[in-house]
Amino acid sequence: MLRFFHQLASPKHFYRISGKWIPWLGAACLAFMLAGLYQGLLVAPTDYQQGDSYRIMFVHVPAAWMSLFIYMVMAIAGGIGLVWRIKLAEIMAISSAHVGASFTFLALITGSIWGKPMWGSWWVWDARLTSELILLFLYLGVIALYNAVEDRRTAARATSILALVGVVNIPIIHYSVEWWNTLHQGPTVTKFDAPSIDFRMLIPLLLMAIAFKLFYAVVVLLRARVEVLQRERNTSWVKALVAEHE
Amino acid sequence: MKPATLPQAFSILLRRDLTLAYRRRSEMINPLLFFVLVTALFPLGISADPALLREIGPGIIWVAALLASLLSLETVFRSDFDDGSLEQLLLSPHPLSVLMIAKVLAHWLITGLPLLIVAPLLGVLLNLSTAAMKTLLLTLALGTPVLSLIGAIGVALTVGLRKGGTILSLLVLPLYVPVLIFAASAVANSDAGLPVSAHLSLLAALLVLAISLSPAATAASLRISMS
Repeated sequence: MLRFFHQLASPKHFYRISGKWIPWLGAACLAFMLAGLYQGLLVAPTDYQQGDSYRIMFVHVPAAWMSLFIYMVMAIAGGIGLVWRIKLAEIMAISSAHVGASFTFLALITGSIWGKPMWGSWWVWDARLTSELILLFLYLGVIALYNAVEDRRTAARATSILALVGVVNIPIIHYSVEWWNTLHQGPTVTKFDAPSIDFRMLIPLLLMAIAFKLFYAVVVLLRARVEVLQRERNTSWVKALVAEHE
Repeated sequence: MKPATLPQAFSILLRRDLTLAYRRRSEMINPLLFFVLVTALFPLGISADPALLREIGPGIIWVAALLASLLSLETVFRSDFDDGSLEQLLLSPHPLSVLMIAKVLAHWLITGLPLLIVAPLLGVLLNLSTAAMKTLLLTLALGTPVLSLIGAIGVALTVGLRKGGTILSLLVLPLYVPVLIFAASAVANSDAGLPVSAHLSLLAALLVLAISLSPAATAASLRISMS
């Protein structure tokens, strides 16, 4: 087991093993997503208050979960990269940043589309939407810093520190925004309270959440493979790989 | 020659930065003028209605303070980076994080403290009550050191970059959000005659957290940027 992880940390073996995993993960992701969409769009009952427009939550809620989850993954991978100087952890951290930013953006867009019929406007300074917006800015800061630093390894280590600083701040930002929100405006929205949710609505939500996790795994592995090839382009195994495909 | 002890090194670094700043007094004035100018623009852009100004005043002053502190942030390490003394600092046998506290303290004394002195003037411009003015000074005293401490991490990450300035604002401003929320709502509360001790306690908690964590992060960032 230990040997397996040790091998995984070397770029060459990572490239080989991830190549085998991606088709399986992709197939599982597709299966869960189709099942989740079928359950969510056709099986789950219509909400008595919100009609059919609530169904966007089957995309919105998993995307919002993913946005936080990926930031955690990014910070943990970055921390591992900083402490043990594992190149692959750095690559994982920076490959996660773009996917995380996309999920955050998706959560914001779907929240806004859901908000139009519910609140009557595209944007409301709701506590959760506002924290998501700030989270998006944190992601964009990480990406901007990574692109600005010339040397790839220095860039990855600098962004790891930034991600760790962000992780300390995310709960503070989240609760300060929530507090600000309750000070300025009363709770205007009925939230999706988990315990009161219908069982037939919960099933597709969980299916979609698993599908999104798998989607993230596939995309992050694809991105990491490209990054590995770029960084290792002067090594013999990459040259052999290129020669094989020519 | 005996090597300096840690407290000696701390005070030498602090005095050096203050002396350097004193010799370039005009540079210190610019962020202050910016602070005043931005605040004065809002009544011109929105309306001079005293009731409205009183309501939005705390937010305006605090946003202006954030921007002014952002503007002066780059000076923390810029000249040291240019003349190479930053590298000497990294080679020092003393813990870098403690030396970072000296750098940030000097920076706050140069750029944060003057904001406190000018703030009452802006309070008058925006029609704040005396109670709100007192709270404004307290929040600035507790909040601006947090801004300097968090900002120092951002500067340390971007110090070697050519276009560090624009990225710096993207890195640092989202992290300033909690300070802005607690400070501005404390001033607004005291203007409405409500208690503000909770806000001030939270700001003080942020300050303690920033003092304990940010110097280490700044030191680690500097080591990465300068490697």
